[in-house]
Amino acid sequence: MSATAADPRVTAARKAPKRRMRVSWSDPRFRALVWQFIILGIVGGIVWYLVFNTNKNLAARHIATGFAFLHRVAGIPIGESMISYEPSVDTYGRALWIGVLNTLKVAGIGMVLATILGTLIGIGRLSGNWLMAKLTGFYVEVMRDIPLLLQLLFWYTALQGLPAPRQAWRVAELMDGATFHLFHETFANWQFGSGMLLSNRGSRIPILNWEPADNWILAAFVVGAIGTFLWNGHANRRQEATGIRPKVWPVAFGLLLVLPLAVWAGFGAPLNFEIPTLRGFNFQGGGTISPEYFALLLGLVLYTAGYIAEIVRSGIQAVAQGQWEAAGALGLRRGAILRHIVLPQALRVVIPPMTSQYLNLTKNSSLAVAIGYQDVVSIANTTLNQTGQAVEGIAVIMAVFLTISLSISLFMNWYNAHIALVGR
Amino acid sequence: MSDRTQPPAGLVGPIPWLRKNLFGSWISTAITLLLIYLIAKIVIALFAWGVVNAIWRVPYNQNGIAQTAICQDAKGLGACWAVIGDKYRLILFGRFPYDEQWRPAIVVVLFVALFVLSTIKAVWRKGIVSPAVRYIALAGAGLILLDNLAGLLETIAAVGFGQHLPLPFDLLAILNTVGKCLLIAGLLLLWPAIGVWVGTLALILVLMFGGILGLAPVAVDYWGGLPITLILATFGLAFAFPIAVLVALGRRSTQLPAVKMLCVVYVELIRGVPLISVLFMASVMFPLFMPPGINVDKLLRAQIAVILFAAAYLAEVVRGGLQALPKGQTEAADAMGLSYWQKTAFIILPQALRLVIPPLVNTFIGFFKDTSLVLIIGLFDLLTMGKIALSDPPWQSFSTEVYITLAAIYIVFCYGMSRYSRGLEQELNKARGR
Repeated sequence: MSATAADPRVTAARKAPKRRMRVSWSDPRFRALVWQFIILGIVGGIVWYLVFNTNKNLAARHIATGFAFLHRVAGIPIGESMISYEPSVDTYGRALWIGVLNTLKVAGIGMVLATILGTLIGIGRLSGNWLMAKLTGFYVEVMRDIPLLLQLLFWYTALQGLPAPRQAWRVAELMDGATFHLFHETFANWQFGSGMLLSNRGSRIPILNWEPADNWILAAFVVGAIGTFLWNGHANRRQEATGIRPKVWPVAFGLLLVLPLAVWAGFGAPLNFEIPTLRGFNFQGGGTISPEYFALLLGLVLYTAGYIAEIVRSGIQAVAQGQWEAAGALGLRRGAILRHIVLPQALRVVIPPMTSQYLNLTKNSSLAVAIGYQDVVSIANTTLNQTGQAVEGIAVIMAVFLTISLSISLFMNWYNAHIALVGR
Repeated sequence: MSDRTQPPAGLVGPIPWLRKNLFGSWISTAITLLLIYLIAKIVIALFAWGVVNAIWRVPYNQNGIAQTAICQDAKGLGACWAVIGDKYRLILFGRFPYDEQWRPAIVVVLFVALFVLSTIKAVWRKGIVSPAVRYIALAGAGLILLDNLAGLLETIAAVGFGQHLPLPFDLLAILNTVGKCLLIAGLLLLWPAIGVWVGTLALILVLMFGGILGLAPVAVDYWGGLPITLILATFGLAFAFPIAVLVALGRRSTQLPAVKMLCVVYVELIRGVPLISVLFMASVMFPLFMPPGINVDKLLRAQIAVILFAAAYLAEVVRGGLQALPKGQTEAADAMGLSYWQKTAFIILPQALRLVIPPLVNTFIGFFKDTSLVLIIGLFDLLTMGKIALSDPPWQSFSTEVYITLAAIYIVFCYGMSRYSRGLEQELNKARGR
């Protein structure tokens, strides 16, 4: 260590002596300073001018400023909300918060589904089957060439065109002969397939009635997950020490699947789905997916999957064929090659563009306003129309999206740094 | 030797190709058969709906109202393309005066011509660089400036002193037009690409606004349809690009930390929020920004929003090109004693911008699609006109046909551009020897 410190090549060269800045146009530093003052002055002047005008206009129109309106009663009817809401009692603040939750609900689920679909299509594009590759390529091209808003309107109108609840389509009946038979055989006893209904009032799905037994099943699953995690760590240590890796999947299978199933069976295998049924003109029971939410989710997922497919494809293609061959020559199995050699390298290529697709999906969810799903943009828009406080309304929208964007970026950057190649 | 130049007979031709690409294994064969079954089913259904059972024409009653009963009967079985026949002028050109709709039609053709011309490399070469040409362009700019200066003085005199100036305004207006022609001619000769863009965009505005050359004036409120979509996207790109280059340079600057910070804040702020919030800002906040009494047209406000939004995204694309350039280029330019602007204009930008043409085209495709968002603030672009066409009672239930037509128009433009960008990308990769 001390030898390197004494090495003359390593000791930093003497820094250039610091010269004082001369007040002269021939000194670059002085020029830079002057230019910055001028540019900042111009920008500041423009901003001041706009603020000045805005204040004057607001005063002339007797529009209040500030965020006091957040505590006033909103009176905005909200169709779907994850928390309780009463238009005549609750405030604008709560209405906006519902909007934020609705945005997160569609963006979060959309990201997961778009990633799954996009990955499948991306892999399909690399398929050895010519027809498969061309078909997925066609999907990607079409999705990327049609504006998202047009797609959303299309899906929304299509869902509006579904029959009224009385004639609602049962999902199981939509399948043709053989598939239906198989499906029916499997799920008929649970009344699952026939319990999923599509109508223009939204899609009804069966929901699980939560019972005490379910708590124990969940607990068994959590215990199983912790056990699997610990066993995986143990396997890693054994591999480090001995070079032989104990099998992980039988333990994972047992702990994650068999244990919860055993607990379930131990409670007498209760399965209590709440099945939607027709009462009068509408449905009772079960969970609802509103047509607005469904159209938005469908549009966002199908559109974003087209972009994610291309990212996945380029990520897999970015890993050189030699990597597969070299790993094979070392005696690794195909699954191990994929997990330890190819995927870590592909992920490195995939993560940054994937981040921006997640951000795009979140920002695109704001198109909800066009089809009447009440996300934060829609509710803020209603708010600013009712109160006239345009500046505050738009500030709320921007603050919400900046916060979400920054959180996603931070998380993905952390993840990226976590998996990044540790270079020289 | 001859048997080495030809592959064995069993490996070429359609049958081995099929065997390799469609029936390579049991799984592959199963996938192929399943896909063929599904595709055949869908294509036959679509063909029956879209062509065989489709209704192309409907009768009209004496009031000129479409009688769509036969379409209603065929609903679900056949498409009603009659809605397109009835509404295509409204969808394409909006409420532009019917007899003048040849103007927006020419505008669309001009836009397409502009895009096609821009793909020709010769257009982007340097033109005739001679002092004479430069003087022509400068003289043109001078004449335009003269007219504007006179107008400014007149305004000051009128507002400040309530007097009119004894200036020959008619002559100045003619000189202004002459000046514009000279400037465009000069630009065409100096830098053909910039000349083509400035000239075409100017011609498009003349055709849309009218009011000169015997064209009837048409207010912006009556514009609509495809020209609006093309104007928002293309003018957005043309004006955002110079801003984007400056912002990208600012963000890379090491000498001016304050400017760098300003650029970073601008780019990240815009990229962090959805376009719709910027459009809302243009539609509801912009009027508050202006001094009382000044009204800026809604289309112009949306255009400014699109420009500001596009500039942030383009700046990141340009920055990518700047970063991809080897550092040696900057150092070599410094060693030659070039000033910052000489270095940037003659060494850095020409190389960096060439690298980023493909992502630039992709970004443009994005903006082209995103202009449809102006529907939400109530501007009459292609998509909005489609919705308006559907609000006509007889046609209300035929949205699928209209949406498919709109999608086809968007696909034609976007697919053309993405094909071009992909071709260019391959060319660049080849040139880089990869």
